[in-house]
Amino acid sequence: MNFVPHTDSERKDMLAKIGISSTEELFKDIPNRVRLERELDLPPGLDEFSLRKEVTSLSQENAHIDEYVSFLGAGAYEHFRPAVIDHLLLRSEFYTAYTPYQPEISQGTLQAIFEFQTGICELTGMDVANASMYDGASAMAEAIIMATTQTRKNKVLISSTVHPEYREVVKTYAWGRGIEILESPYKEGLTDLESLATNLSENIGAVVIQNPNFFGGIEDVKKIVELAQGYKAMVIVCVDPISLGVLEAPGKLGVDIVIGEGQSLGIPLSFGGPYLGFIATKEKYVRRLPGRIVGIARDRRGNEGFVLTLQAREQHIRREKASSNICSNQALCALAATIYLSTLGKKGIKEVAEQCLYKTHYAKGVLGEIPGVEIAFPANKTFKEFVVKSKEKINTINKRLFKAGIIGGLDLGKFYKELENHMLICVTETRSKREIDLLKRVWEGEK
Amino acid sequence: MKEKLIFDLSTPGRKAYSLPELDVPQVDLASLVPRDIVRQEEPELPEVSEVDVVRHFTRLSQMNYGVDTGFYPLGSCTMKYNPKINEDMARLPGFALAHPYQGEELSQGALKLIYDLDKYLSEIAGMERITLQPAAGAHGELTGILIIKAYHEYRGDFKRKKVIVPDSAHGTNPATASLCGYDTIEIKSNSRGLVDLDELKKVVGEDTAALMLTNPNTLGLFEEEILKIADIVHEAGGLLYYDGANMNAIMGYARPGDMGFDVIHFNLHKTFSTPHGGGGPGSGPVGVKNFLVPFLPRPTVEYDPRREHYYFDYDRPQSIGKVKAFYGNFGVAIKAYTYILALGGKGLKEASELAVLNANYLKEQLKENYQVPLDRVCKHEFIITPEKKVKEKGIHTLDIAKRLIDYGFHPPTIYFPLIVEEAMMIEPTETENKETLDAFVQALIKISQEALENPELLHNAPHSTYVSRFNEAEAARKPILRWKPNK
Repeated sequence: MNFVPHTDSERKDMLAKIGISSTEELFKDIPNRVRLERELDLPPGLDEFSLRKEVTSLSQENAHIDEYVSFLGAGAYEHFRPAVIDHLLLRSEFYTAYTPYQPEISQGTLQAIFEFQTGICELTGMDVANASMYDGASAMAEAIIMATTQTRKNKVLISSTVHPEYREVVKTYAWGRGIEILESPYKEGLTDLESLATNLSENIGAVVIQNPNFFGGIEDVKKIVELAQGYKAMVIVCVDPISLGVLEAPGKLGVDIVIGEGQSLGIPLSFGGPYLGFIATKEKYVRRLPGRIVGIARDRRGNEGFVLTLQAREQHIRREKASSNICSNQALCALAATIYLSTLGKKGIKEVAEQCLYKTHYAKGVLGEIPGVEIAFPANKTFKEFVVKSKEKINTINKRLFKAGIIGGLDLGKFYKELENHMLICVTETRSKREIDLLKRVWEGEK
Repeated sequence: MKEKLIFDLSTPGRKAYSLPELDVPQVDLASLVPRDIVRQEEPELPEVSEVDVVRHFTRLSQMNYGVDTGFYPLGSCTMKYNPKINEDMARLPGFALAHPYQGEELSQGALKLIYDLDKYLSEIAGMERITLQPAAGAHGELTGILIIKAYHEYRGDFKRKKVIVPDSAHGTNPATASLCGYDTIEIKSNSRGLVDLDELKKVVGEDTAALMLTNPNTLGLFEEEILKIADIVHEAGGLLYYDGANMNAIMGYARPGDMGFDVIHFNLHKTFSTPHGGGGPGSGPVGVKNFLVPFLPRPTVEYDPRREHYYFDYDRPQSIGKVKAFYGNFGVAIKAYTYILALGGKGLKEASELAVLNANYLKEQLKENYQVPLDRVCKHEFIITPEKKVKEKGIHTLDIAKRLIDYGFHPPTIYFPLIVEEAMMIEPTETENKETLDAFVQALIKISQEALENPELLHNAPHSTYVSRFNEAEAARKPILRWKPNK
């Protein structure tokens, strides 16, 4: 199958207009020594029917959350996705457009981004947000670059309760840019404030935490802001946007840059991507923001509309002096999030967050009753996720669960050596009491 | 504003959602959240009904122009038709609803797809291995240049501080070099629009980390001396980076790996039609030669034929680490995979063949009414500029671009590459038929006549849209970047 419209006679016509007899002549500028003299070694092209069958059958080799009851989170979450999202995303005027370089015929994308920026600002309590980043992890790395440029201090302190993969991404970016990353340890599932205080110094440009943290624990953001400000370090907080239905907006807590993973806002799991990074900050740092920003403009007839603005920060203008190299971002995912936030609205986002809290609380109580299982870090308040410690190996438990149609939580030993036999369990509004009770029964060994 | 902001459509008490029942006991919120961190003020998100949401975003979509609306010859962006089957395949529950941490046993389909796509893209590029982790082209550049940095440092070579780019390069190239801690050296192109070998020899040396190159370059011209260029850079100990933005010109004809490139990024949203999404998500896989494989991001996906089992390999001590959480924009990779399976090797070559045919056909038709600064065989795109007599009427490329909108076309890329004044960079792609190309030519010819007869018509274009040209300078001076509630 191919998607080209040329008939043989059209090809001939076109060649004649150019004044050549074969398309081969159009490739004469490629030196013989680099010409590929054989066909590409790829499977032969398929008709649409066979293609659908083949790809569908490949997809069926995966387990997925419509077939199984899942308690897996760790940075990728199952939330209810209203049907309107996919229907609107499939409006192909949205998905077959590119970056809105021509505002007169891109007002749809531009207005949606403006609404996204507003939604993110409302949730986070910040002044400005950009059009999106690749994901939460790269948003964190870019925020660190912003902060070290702003403070001209090259060291950054990051809590070990930040998602392990985010820390790994941060390290990669930091190595490239010549930024030094220091990790601050956790204690009882939260950032250890004493160590943080000890590790802080005048040389630290930024402190990075995640709230709720990787273990689901709610950090003492106020205290951390206070500590960092004592050393004129900027504070970067990575948030789960759903949690902001019940947790105070970081902007109200003195945080300088709020970043996060927006996958929770109506974006499917898709085996880890595409997701949605976001970044929001105070007005005074707006010119350090990476990426696209949409603003209101007036046209020649006096109409208000939207344009890409503050472009003097960006790579296509500033080249090597740009605030980042980002060009394409995750615009369609930002649109999904905007539709999600519009559908849920101010009441819905709160209701989702509360349900996560109540159901997590219930699950904690139920699982805590299982002999040989205890809730780790029991003193902590948690949102959507919590850690249990088990006498049994996590792998063994998960195998038993899977046989009963349940995908268990994350084996924390994968990321934290000291947390072998610990499982990170995620409970969102999509889990029912019956499912949580079933988890307990199967865990206990009921066939 | 033609369509009110969704926030201005809000009416307290309206609701567009229904959530699963709360079937567990509701406890006191204060007992679950530390008191001083409980949200005090609700976020001002809209309260609307479902039909409000649907109509609002449908109307927004109608204010957009996409490939499905019409011809979109945006140079360097490869706005080809996006097959609908791609969207269906990415939404299959086994893919869309699979969790990245559900484990290898439960993810064999996804792992096989990643593994096979690695193989296919490696074959297309002439590289040894591919990582799918980068989320976009610029992200691929970052990954690729970091791989090069890791390679030099692994050899104990810390003196390489410079990345060379031609003056026709994409802005992302120098921005990437900075992000990786390198200085950028820009070299002038020669009169034929190609890398000037003498200029290159002058700047290349033991401080050269890499040369970043697009081939065909942003003028749509093939770098005929690519093998010599590669030799010059390699002899100095530098590596060659291939910016894959223009890969759509050469699939099945030539491979960057055979040209001497060591690292390449693809833009799956361009070449493999995944689509562009209004500015993403894209996908920017990076391919490397054999000697750079150890530096690829973690994890790679491997296959154990004995167990017939695909698995993640995290044990890669020389890896640059991760550039993105999880394994990349997997949903986008599905679409590229689907596209490659649809076309096969022959189809991909035919796509490039016809992309180049369409570009040369357009160029020949436009020659009489526009200047073609580098008039010889082009690849998938080419540059035109307004004629002198048109410019003398005070007409700029911007005016022509805006007038094209009135004729129902998306304008080409304008004012890029920077080395051609008043450039219009036209990339028709292979999926456009002859009638569309002819209509586009007719429109451009008509516009060049209008420019002479009635320049004001162009200065004030577009006329057919409900918003006209914006005052962008003012917007940047007094930025309004969000809606605010009336309180």
